[in-house]
Amino acid sequence: MGLKRNLTTGFTLLFLIVGSIITLAPFFWTISTSLKNQQNVFDLPPKWIPDPATFDNYREVWSAAPLLQGFLNSAIIAVFVLSIGLFVSSMAAYAFAKIDFPFKETIFLCLMGTMMIPYSVIMIPQFIVFSRINWVDTLLPLIVPGLFGNIVVIFFLRQFMQGAIPSELIEAAKLDGSGFFRTFATIALPIAKPAIAAQAALGFMGVWNDFLGPLIYLHTPEKQTIQVLIASLQSMYISSSNYPLIMAASFIAMIPVILVFFFCQKYFVESLAISGLKG
Amino acid sequence: MISYRRKEIGWAYGFVAIPVLGFLLFGLLPLIASGILSFTKWDMVTSPKFVGFTNYVNLWKDEKVHKGLFNTFFMLIHIPLGMFISLLLAMLMNQKVRGVSIFRTIFYIPVISPVVAVSLLWMWMLNYDFGLVNQFLWDWFHIKGPNWLGDPHWVKPSLILMGLWGGVGGNMVLYLAGLQSISSTYYEAAEVDGANAFQKFTRITVPLLSNIHFFVVVMGVIGTFQAFSQVYVMVPDGGPEYSAATVVFNIFQHAFEYFDMGYASAEAWMLGVIILILTMIQFRLSKRWAYND
Repeated sequence: MGLKRNLTTGFTLLFLIVGSIITLAPFFWTISTSLKNQQNVFDLPPKWIPDPATFDNYREVWSAAPLLQGFLNSAIIAVFVLSIGLFVSSMAAYAFAKIDFPFKETIFLCLMGTMMIPYSVIMIPQFIVFSRINWVDTLLPLIVPGLFGNIVVIFFLRQFMQGAIPSELIEAAKLDGSGFFRTFATIALPIAKPAIAAQAALGFMGVWNDFLGPLIYLHTPEKQTIQVLIASLQSMYISSSNYPLIMAASFIAMIPVILVFFFCQKYFVESLAISGLKG
Repeated sequence: MISYRRKEIGWAYGFVAIPVLGFLLFGLLPLIASGILSFTKWDMVTSPKFVGFTNYVNLWKDEKVHKGLFNTFFMLIHIPLGMFISLLLAMLMNQKVRGVSIFRTIFYIPVISPVVAVSLLWMWMLNYDFGLVNQFLWDWFHIKGPNWLGDPHWVKPSLILMGLWGGVGGNMVLYLAGLQSISSTYYEAAEVDGANAFQKFTRITVPLLSNIHFFVVVMGVIGTFQAFSQVYVMVPDGGPEYSAATVVFNIFQHAFEYFDMGYASAEAWMLGVIILILTMIQFRLSKRWAYND
């Protein structure tokens, strides 16, 4: 029994390690390529450890495209959408979770309906309107719709608040003369903090990795988000097969996401698991 | 107390007002507008012309639209493949091995990585002459690898391969959570009845995870039908013989490259209706097979 158990554990570990190597290999290969010079990159058989290793590609790509500005643009969108959008979403979630009001279910169902609308259907009229009011090539079309909250977030927070906030607590606050907004801000918000954090982490990834929206609206390099910048580098350098430079760029684009992920890992896994199981 | 109740209702409406306004401004109105646009011909320069069902009739005859639809349906293959791999990984990780959180993190990194960056690195991985994949195939199996992104038959498998690499981690986390919620008494009872490992897997594990299978399939179908970025980055022209183009890619081309807004809207509506129908079918079917506590 002991031997059998050890064998199973051994095989499990082996499988997981092989899987991890397959998963990580493309990342190592990216980093390795990004440190090679144009001659070494086509060495056969491929070398995993670049020799000589050089940071020139990073320097070159940093000056070839306004990457810093790209980071900044992505960050501006994320900050606005996450701070205001999440606050708005949690207000609505609280009302849906804890207060009875006429037409509550109907309104909620209507909002849920938006989840069914694919972005490609609404992007064309949105583009037409935003271009009429001269918002094209600004960050506004990417920020403003996000400020109105997000139904997926509202749904998730509502589920959480229904379970986590005891109605007695709200009643008690009411009797103490606490106003509606104060009850929300001092009781509901603190309790929902972990759920909001989870949504913030997911929302950050969503904004940061978004491509189609920024691609439609942002045209001048200085105004583009990091994803659009990186994609445009590809079209510039692929004809010259400058893979080291392209790999340096894509690695740079990944750094913030991976950093955020490592620091907020708990929230990601939690929110994914909760939304998946209850959705 | 009645006045308090009225005040409370007022506040509640206030709290939901902004998302409702957002729903009208950025959901419902654009939806209606795009429906109307789909009956016009409009290049955004001259004024729109009402053309009746012409756009829809043309869609029906457009070979590129057929290809986009075919490619998108073909790509659905990655859903069962991905479910199989992620369930396998989740089951491995559910055996109390050490370092599970490390493995979970590793398998999850591709999920959170930006699609654009991932597409670029896979372009390099799949490079015909110098890519790691073909190198590996040659060194280990002496197989001459295909021209992944340059051959119309291999573009879709390439995208599926990349999609699996980037997607299994997310579903794995879901399955792991599901596995952990299955009570061990089921397995103990089955053991008493003399069930073997395979029977336990097919009779207990798979059915008890049915709500997760359902979630994964629904989200997978919706995601596949909305795929765009990887195609746009990896094969900006839609691939050899348009063999990688998705429906959204085709819509994008019509809207933002040819500025044929009416036609693009019609195609977008077609896509919306397809997604709606597929989702409804799945919900119908789920009543037959999904298990709920």
